[in-house]
Amino acid sequence: MIRFEGVHKRYPAGREALCGVSFEVERAELAFLTGPSGAGKSTILKLIALIERPSRGLVLVGNQNTGKLPMRAIPQFRRQIGVVFQDHKLLQDRPIADNVALPLIIAGVPRREIDKRMRAALDQVGLLGREKSRPAELSTGEQQRVGIARAIVAKPPLLIADEPTGNLDPQLALEIMRLFERLNDVGVTVLIATHDVHLIEHFKARRIALSGGRVVAMSRSTPSAAAPTDSAAAAGSTPVAQGLA
Amino acid sequence: MSPAAYFSRQAQTLVGSLGRLAAHPVASLMTMGVIAIALTLPLCLELLLQNAKAVTANWNEAFELSVYLDRPAGTSRAEAIARELQARGDVAAVRLITAAQALAEFRDSSGFGQALDALTENPLPNTLIVTPSPAASSPEGTAALKTAIGAIPDVAAVQLDTEWVQRLDAILALLRGVVRLTGGLLAAGVILIIGNTIRLDVQNRRAEIEVMKLVGATDGFARRPFLWSGIWYGIGGGLGSLALVGITVLVLAGPADRLARLYGSVFHLSFLDARTSLLTVLGSALLGWTGSWFAATQHIRAINPT
Repeated sequence: MIRFEGVHKRYPAGREALCGVSFEVERAELAFLTGPSGAGKSTILKLIALIERPSRGLVLVGNQNTGKLPMRAIPQFRRQIGVVFQDHKLLQDRPIADNVALPLIIAGVPRREIDKRMRAALDQVGLLGREKSRPAELSTGEQQRVGIARAIVAKPPLLIADEPTGNLDPQLALEIMRLFERLNDVGVTVLIATHDVHLIEHFKARRIALSGGRVVAMSRSTPSAAAPTDSAAAAGSTPVAQGLA
Repeated sequence: MSPAAYFSRQAQTLVGSLGRLAAHPVASLMTMGVIAIALTLPLCLELLLQNAKAVTANWNEAFELSVYLDRPAGTSRAEAIARELQARGDVAAVRLITAAQALAEFRDSSGFGQALDALTENPLPNTLIVTPSPAASSPEGTAALKTAIGAIPDVAAVQLDTEWVQRLDAILALLRGVVRLTGGLLAAGVILIIGNTIRLDVQNRRAEIEVMKLVGATDGFARRPFLWSGIWYGIGGGLGSLALVGITVLVLAGPADRLARLYGSVFHLSFLDARTSLLTVLGSALLGWTGSWFAATQHIRAINPT
């Protein structure tokens, strides 16, 4: 579903965010991108959602070479990906219903269908009944869940999330992760960037550990003893990082 | 998307964009006010033109041709020509002033009585005063009539004092040119005003546009509400300018009536005709759409999510 081959990303400011990143996420797989902040997790997600393009290397999403995709094809491409943002990115002056329905409105789904699917998505994140509220009336955790509802409402085959539990208490964070797991169970490919190594210990999922823009450790698809200790990966001492990359 | 879904979406956007304008009534009204004032100048000139046209239409009916007959032709021949002219479709009335009547009138009014007594015969010709029918009152119509009368035997000369009419026509044509020029310039101004307003709107909604693009909105989708805003600004400005012209008419009606009375005319200052009013609002809406299309297209393209 996602394949990175020797991807470099240098931002205009000159910072090298990724240096030769290669990894693959299979269809219907659940994977975690881990690592300290600044390791390149967000950059990888941005490259997948075509918010950024790689400076060098190949980014394939659903067999599509994102580097070759023309500008006008980007909207259609993004509709195949649900994105959950760390800062929610909700429309503050619109009710929750509109926020969640936005991808369906954009895709031109009939009105009756929109209402039904919007409610179903809100139900999945436990916010049914809050349709008329404004984002500001909701807690950070609830806003995050609205963001998730919006990401899944159009039933995209790929879901990517940037620190989706960053602002949640541990109990709620676990619930959100379970939600992602359930979505994965029904065949959605899910890639989650998180620095919360303790939280993901609960999940049998693939880990891709990043540090300083490089992949420093990668577990197999079936989590086993081969899984690295996340704390070591997070520490990401340079010699180890280079050795593993 | 099916046509029905497309139109229902457009309708939603239309109402939504109106709601947005209503959310900032002062700013929206100020934009519309600027557009209204910009459109009022050419509209007032157009008002002047339309009223001038109404006045000159009255004047045209008063045109008369003076037909001088050859002196040897007697009064009976003059009466025959008068009857002939009276029968024409493009002639409303014919009045005969015989040479004798003309001489008497001249004697009374000129003070040359004694000098005229010295003349052995009347030097004045028989004269016909011909009033064209309303249908033939145009400059072309009267010119054609003049040629036709000139071809009648025993007619020495036909005089039509059209010089001042031609001057007036030239002045009106010049004014019409001024209306077009100022209209064109101010229409361009309106496009720029609306473009600038929409540019600010786009910038204020930058975050929203970013989010829309992130979840797969095309530039066209993000642009749609701004196009409707532009159309609303245009319609509001157009209606505002008509209101300003209406106020102008109310203010000037009194003085115009007084002036008309002094000239013995029943002329009354009237508002722009329905067609011009409708075209003003529609044209203004089109200008709004154009301005917002350029601004929104350009600035939305520049917004990319980060």
